[in-house]
Amino acid sequence: MEYVGNLHLLLRRFCTLVFSHNAFTYRCLSGMQTVTLIPGDGIGPEISTAVMKIFEAAKAPIQWEERNVTAIQGPGGKWMIPPDAKESMDKNKMGLKGPLKTPIAAGHPSMNLLLRKTFDLYANVRPCMSIEGYKTPYTDVDLVTIRENTEGEYSGIEHIIVDGVVQSIKLITETASKRIAEYAFEYARNNQRTSVTAVHKANIMRMSDGLFLRKCREVAENYKDVKFREMYLDTVCLNMVQDPTQFDVLVMPNLYGDILSDLCAGLIGGLGVTPSGNIGANGVAIFESVHGTAPDIAGLDMANPTALLLSAVMMLRHMGLHAYADKIQIACFDTIKDKKVLTGDLGGKSKCSEFTGEICRRVQDME
Amino acid sequence: TYTFCCRHTVTLIPGDGIGPELLSHVREVFRYSCVPVDFEVVHVNSALASQDDMDNAITAIRRNGVALKGNIETKHTLPPSVKSRNNILRTSLDLYANVMHCQSLSGVQTRHKNIDIMIIRENTEGEYSNLEHESVSGVVESLKIITRNNSLRIAEYAFKLAREKGRRRVTAVHKANIMKLGDGLFLQCCKEVASGYPDITFDSMIVDNTTMQLVSKPQQFDVMVMPNLYGNVVSNVCAGLVGGPGLVPGANYGRDYAVFETATRNTGKSIAGRNIANPTAMLLASCMMLDHLKLNDYASLIRNGVLTTMNETRVVAHSRYWGLGTTSDVVQSVMKNIQSKGQLTAEL
Repeated sequence: MEYVGNLHLLLRRFCTLVFSHNAFTYRCLSGMQTVTLIPGDGIGPEISTAVMKIFEAAKAPIQWEERNVTAIQGPGGKWMIPPDAKESMDKNKMGLKGPLKTPIAAGHPSMNLLLRKTFDLYANVRPCMSIEGYKTPYTDVDLVTIRENTEGEYSGIEHIIVDGVVQSIKLITETASKRIAEYAFEYARNNQRTSVTAVHKANIMRMSDGLFLRKCREVAENYKDVKFREMYLDTVCLNMVQDPTQFDVLVMPNLYGDILSDLCAGLIGGLGVTPSGNIGANGVAIFESVHGTAPDIAGLDMANPTALLLSAVMMLRHMGLHAYADKIQIACFDTIKDKKVLTGDLGGKSKCSEFTGEICRRVQDME
Repeated sequence: TYTFCCRHTVTLIPGDGIGPELLSHVREVFRYSCVPVDFEVVHVNSALASQDDMDNAITAIRRNGVALKGNIETKHTLPPSVKSRNNILRTSLDLYANVMHCQSLSGVQTRHKNIDIMIIRENTEGEYSNLEHESVSGVVESLKIITRNNSLRIAEYAFKLAREKGRRRVTAVHKANIMKLGDGLFLQCCKEVASGYPDITFDSMIVDNTTMQLVSKPQQFDVMVMPNLYGNVVSNVCAGLVGGPGLVPGANYGRDYAVFETATRNTGKSIAGRNIANPTAMLLASCMMLDHLKLNDYASLIRNGVLTTMNETRVVAHSRYWGLGTTSDVVQSVMKNIQSKGQLTAEL
C-alpha cells in the first residue's frame, strides 16, 4: 500500500500546472484533480455525499480530500481555521464547501468570514438564472451578482463607545474596490456579458461608496466593450422586483452584495437552487452552497443537493472541465424539469438519495 | 401646527426632478376640493453647496410643524462634505420614524397579490449617520451608529402603531449574526419592547433572508421594524412588489414634526417634465398629511378619489405595466371622482 502511495506522490510531482485566462487546468499523469471538500454542518455531509456520487457516476476526474473547518484558537488567542484544512486548500486551490453554522452573538467570528480572510476570497460570484421546470413569479432571470467579500460593512470592527451606543465600522479601500471592479469587468468580458452595473449609496455615504464608485468608473475606462452603469441600491431593489431582465452583471460592496445576491436567489427559487463561487488571490477558489445548515432535516435524507451540485458544476467550469459540467448540469435540470423525482423543497416527495439516484441515472444514460 | 381661522399652513418643498410637478398637482386637487390648507413654498437649490436654503426650509417646518416634500437631489459633483439634504432634514427635525404602508391595489397588475405590509424604519441613525473619514489616502471608514435610545424608540413606535391598527405581528429585520454588537443591540431593544405587548407576536429575520422571502412570499409579513439602511432596501422592494414608486406614499414622524413624501423618495430625473410621472404616491402622501392635521374628511375624499381612479377607471399614468395616460389625465380623473361624491368643489 505504501509503495502505491509513494508512486502516486511521485506521479503528482511530475504534473504540470497550466494557468489559462480564466480556467485553472491541472494536467496530471493520473488524470485526477484533487479538490478540498468541506462537507460542513447540518445537511452538509449528506449533500456532499450526493455530489460525490453524481461526480462518480459522471466519471468526473475529481478526487476529494475532506477537511473540517471548525474554528480553533491558535497561539495568542487568535481564531483560525485548522492548519490541515489550510494546507489542503493551498495545495489544491479548488474547494467545495457545504453550509457552516454561524451562531448569533457568540464569542468567535463567523466561520465563513474566517475562511474569507484566510484565503483572501475577495469576490463572491452568484449567477442567477431561472430554472426551467421550477416555476417562480419571475421568468427569464439571467444576471450575475459580484460582491466584494473582504471589507465593507463586514469588517467585523465594532465598539461599544459608551453603554447604549454602538459603532460598527464600514471599511472601503481603494485597493479592494479596484480589485473587485476589475474582476467584475473581466468576468463580464470573459463570459460575454454586455453590461456591468455598480450598485452603491454614494448619496448618503459620500466618501466610502463614493470611493467605490470612483474606482468602478476608472476601471470601466479600460473596458469600453462592456457597458457601465451606476445605480443606487434602492433603485436597483425597486427595479429588480419589477423587471429583473434589465440587469446583467452587478458589482457592489459587501453588504449590498449580501442583500442583493439573496434577493436574486429568491427570484429564481431560493438558496436551495442557487450556486455560488468565491474567488481568492493566488488562484484559490471555493465554491459553496449558500443555504443554511437546515438542522431540522439533517440526517433525514430530505435535503436538496441542487445548490451544492450547481456550485460544483461552477467549479468544473472554472477548472475548464466544461464537458463534465454540461453533462451534470443537464442531468440535474432535466430531473427538475421532469418533476417526477423531486425533494420536498422543490415540491416533490422524494428522498435526497432518490433525487441523487435519478440524476446519476441520467448522467450514466448520457454516456 | 400653526392654524389661523381653522386653516393650516404647511411647508412645501418642491425639490428636484418630478417633485415640483407632482406637488403642483397636489395643490390643484386641494384647491379643487377646498381643502383649508395654505402652502408656504420653500425652494432648496441642490446645486449650491451652501446650507442656507436648508436652514430656511427647516425653520419653516419648525414654524408650521408639517411639511410635504419632493426629493432633493444629492449632486455627486459637490464635495463629500455636502451631505444629503433630505438626510439633514430628517436628522435636524429628529423625524425618527419612517412609516410606509404597502398594499396591493386591485387595479394594478403585479406578480404578487394580497400584500399588506407596514414598514417602520429608524430614520435618523444607523448607516445614515454621516460620519465618514479617510484615515489614510485610499482607506475610508464609515461609521454606523446604533443607540439603545433610538432603537427602543423606534421599536416602541412600531408596536404602538401595530396595536393601534389592529395588526398581529411585528418582525424585526437585522443582520445581528454579522454585526453582533450593533444589530445585536437593535434586536435586543425590540425584544424588550415586545415583552410589553404580549398581544402582538414578535419575531425577527435576517435582512438577506427577508428580501428573499419578500420576492417569494410577501403575504407572510405584517408589520416590520428595522434600522435605517435595511429600511431603505425593504421599502423599495415592497414598493416594487405592489406596483412601483409611483404608488406608495411615505411619512416621516418625529415627536414634534411630520414630513410627508413619496415612500421611495425618487427624484425621477429621467421622467421629469414629461407629464408621465404617476401622481398617486404624492396625492396619497398629501392625504396622510391631512389625516395628521385631523382633516380626516378631506383626506378620505381625496384618497377615495385616487383609489377609485386606480382600481376602477383604469386611467393610469405611463408605466411599463399600464397604458399610456398622462399625469394630467390621472389628476383629472381623480378630481372627477371627487366631484361625483357631491362635495362642494371649486370650478374645474
